[in-house]
Amino acid sequence: MNLKETELCLGLPGGAETVECPSKSGVGNKRGFSETVDLKLNLQSNKQGPVDLKVNGAPKEKTFLKDPSKPPAKAQVVGWPPVRNYRKNVMANQKSGEAEEAMSSGGGTVAFVKVSMDGAPYLRKVDLKMYNSYKDLSDALAKMFSSFTMGSYGAQGMIDFMNESKVMDLLNSSEYVPSYEDKDGDWMLVSDVPWPMFVESCKRLRIMKGSEAIGLGTFSFLFVSLSGSFFFPIMFLLLFHPIGFQLQERWRSSRTDHEQQKKNKDNMH
Amino acid sequence: MTEEDSSAKMSEDVEQYLKLNPPCSSSSSSSAVAFANKSGTFKSSSPPCPEHVLENVLENVLQFLTSRCDRNAVSLVCKSWYRVEAQTRFEVFIGNCYSLSPARLTHRFKGLRSIVLKGKPRFADFNLMPPNWGAQFAPWVAATAKAYPWLEKVHLKRMFVTDDDLALLAESFPGFKELTLVCCEGFGTSGIAVIANKCRQLKVLDLVESEVTDDEVDWISCFPEGKSHLESLSFDCVESPINFNALEGLVVRSPFLKKLRTNRFVSLEELHRLMVRAPQLTSLGTGSFSPDNAPQGEQLPDYAAAFLACKSIVCLSGFREFRPEYLLAISPVCANLTSLNFSYANISPHMLMPIIRNCHNIRVFWALDSIRDEGLQAVAATCKELRELRIFPFDPREDSEGPVSGVGLQAISEGCRKLESILYFCQRMTNEAVTAMSENCPQLTVFRLCIMGRHRPDHVTGKPMDDGFGAIVKNCKKLTRLAVSGLLTDEAFSYIGEYGKLIRTLSVAFAGNSDKALRYVLEGCPKLQKLEIRDSPFGDAGLRSGMHRYCNMRFVWLSSCVLSLGGCRDVAQALPNVVVEVFGSDGDDDDDTVTGDYVETLYLYRSLDGPRKDAPKFVTIL
Repeated sequence: MNLKETELCLGLPGGAETVECPSKSGVGNKRGFSETVDLKLNLQSNKQGPVDLKVNGAPKEKTFLKDPSKPPAKAQVVGWPPVRNYRKNVMANQKSGEAEEAMSSGGGTVAFVKVSMDGAPYLRKVDLKMYNSYKDLSDALAKMFSSFTMGSYGAQGMIDFMNESKVMDLLNSSEYVPSYEDKDGDWMLVSDVPWPMFVESCKRLRIMKGSEAIGLGTFSFLFVSLSGSFFFPIMFLLLFHPIGFQLQERWRSSRTDHEQQKKNKDNMH
Repeated sequence: MTEEDSSAKMSEDVEQYLKLNPPCSSSSSSSAVAFANKSGTFKSSSPPCPEHVLENVLENVLQFLTSRCDRNAVSLVCKSWYRVEAQTRFEVFIGNCYSLSPARLTHRFKGLRSIVLKGKPRFADFNLMPPNWGAQFAPWVAATAKAYPWLEKVHLKRMFVTDDDLALLAESFPGFKELTLVCCEGFGTSGIAVIANKCRQLKVLDLVESEVTDDEVDWISCFPEGKSHLESLSFDCVESPINFNALEGLVVRSPFLKKLRTNRFVSLEELHRLMVRAPQLTSLGTGSFSPDNAPQGEQLPDYAAAFLACKSIVCLSGFREFRPEYLLAISPVCANLTSLNFSYANISPHMLMPIIRNCHNIRVFWALDSIRDEGLQAVAATCKELRELRIFPFDPREDSEGPVSGVGLQAISEGCRKLESILYFCQRMTNEAVTAMSENCPQLTVFRLCIMGRHRPDHVTGKPMDDGFGAIVKNCKKLTRLAVSGLLTDEAFSYIGEYGKLIRTLSVAFAGNSDKALRYVLEGCPKLQKLEIRDSPFGDAGLRSGMHRYCNMRFVWLSSCVLSLGGCRDVAQALPNVVVEVFGSDGDDDDDTVTGDYVETLYLYRSLDGPRKDAPKFVTIL
């Protein structure tokens, strides 16, 4: 599993990278722990033994164990040089700004969308171009918001579906599903349209409670889980279930209410 | 005993007490004695009891004491002095939010008007700490909201602040005047909007290097109509567009506004309009410093004239997306500038020269290494009053090209003899240059050198950087803060321990050979308060050598060293007043206990109220 691809960045498009990362164009490791996650895998296997780093090998490139007169490998290390992420983001943004101006077409390299999760205190941003599949995105989202789902759902994190009966439970449950706003402003459940098409049309992501997701337009659900890699096309359930259509109507009207309330709230400030 | 006699005796007692005071408050003690001698002549309607007279005297005297060091000393004299000091303390500084509980604060101090709170340790800025570690402002705002309704000032650094916290703050303190958030996160423009709207006495709203979520709220429009009290407004870190007309309107109705730091969404034309409206500004953050769009053939705004009109500007920053052709517009203010921050601008030596040669009065200069050694030489030639220099890397990677080196450092040391503080990122350095600085700049209190390549020796001699840093600690007798880098052996640390008697903050990365290095520092530096170490071969024996110090330190951070759980536990058990936290770097451990014996990160700090209750699962408190 190439965890580096799922690394999330809060920074702005493009540009120079402080981490060696072959496919990446994103920047700003505000909470990027891909290196450490990657290294954690090393560390896990080493943790059992007694402390003897010479034997266990080196998490995070413990170059002090090597001959100090030889320069260490050129792989970048977490948090080194010690430049604050804020500054790194600003510089990267500038560099990408220049790069974007050089490029005549806009929007070729990045597709940043905001991600909000019901109940989470703040928004995050992801660059959809960094992922190659729904699975990558779902892993990333799960990791990003795992700290919020942990409390209620335990290690299971987001939804982990093993059987169909749970699907119906989903509609009534407080589990989370990802939805997105498409180019037309409609909210859809993240579904099984081809990935590139999804990246093109997705403007915003919202991870909402399953009960609110009833009736979102879709052909199928996407379920994410912390540990697994499940992808369940359940088109028949929503599309052909008679209740599905009624719920769609109800949902659409409730959505406009919600938007209106939100607008009102904003206007009050 | 008559009243006169008892007062006289009391004067003697006071004098005796005062003799126990440390020298730093000697000036206040002499005035206190004088006061006490006169106290016998005061008449009051009923005979005051001795304690009350003494306390009155003290109250009157202590209000002149502002230094927290002095106040802490005063409070240790006796219970009565402790009480009076607590009553008269209006500003409190809490260097580690976990060193005490909010309840303890509100119990001791009843009249606070200003709070400074610091949360996460500095290495958290470099991704060495998983998110959601803590440092929440919420319990503090909740406690102070009840205890200090007259609170005026809150200054937070590295704290987690939510919009709800900001809303509670705005509601609870009707006289609230100053909010400063440095390196904070967890809130967005909606929280700022509430502050803007509800804090009618607001003088200062400074957001510095904080992460502010874009909630798509037009917070600038939320400032109420009518004259505002604003003196300082800094939002250069807010990464979202702002309503410029509202900003302009706000500036127009803020006659006291002295400091304005705009974000990069303010263009040069807009900046011009603001400057025209606020010629009284002393500190200006210039936003993007580039025009919106190509000139349309009309008369361009006369930027130089705008700067000329703002005669009071002494501090300039911003230049987030600057266009070189406009840089010279700042020339009219250069001669008056005391502070210039180019550290987000990719400025070449060629661009810098015409500007810096007029900046004779500059005391603080921040720039990118894009100015190269030549640029530093130009600074050295002109800026004789320079006190603080920071050179940041344009390309912050280990193996990037290094446009600055020992040449620039040495030039600065020769030209800027009054230098007090330096932060210098470079790729290569020599002991000679560092030693030259130690000899030329004896006023240095802060020396932070970051040689970006790990374990890099002197690039000319090939030797470790021990001698250079040794010279710094030996010659710079006022040094209080030191950050080391490059190839360093235990010897460098023996110098630090031997000569660094005033050092309070020490940052170490990828340095040293053995525990001896850590021992030298912990045994040798009596003033050490903050010790942050990463990726160095220090283990349990080194950690143990500091047991006698940890209660007197603010914190110790050791990450990616060679510590074992057993060693950390020993410290935790031996020092009940010290909280010992142990955690990994990724925070993804599903277990809530540390598995195995290896300790990724140790963070220990003294605390009056024991281990915190809000630690996340990935933190183990030993």
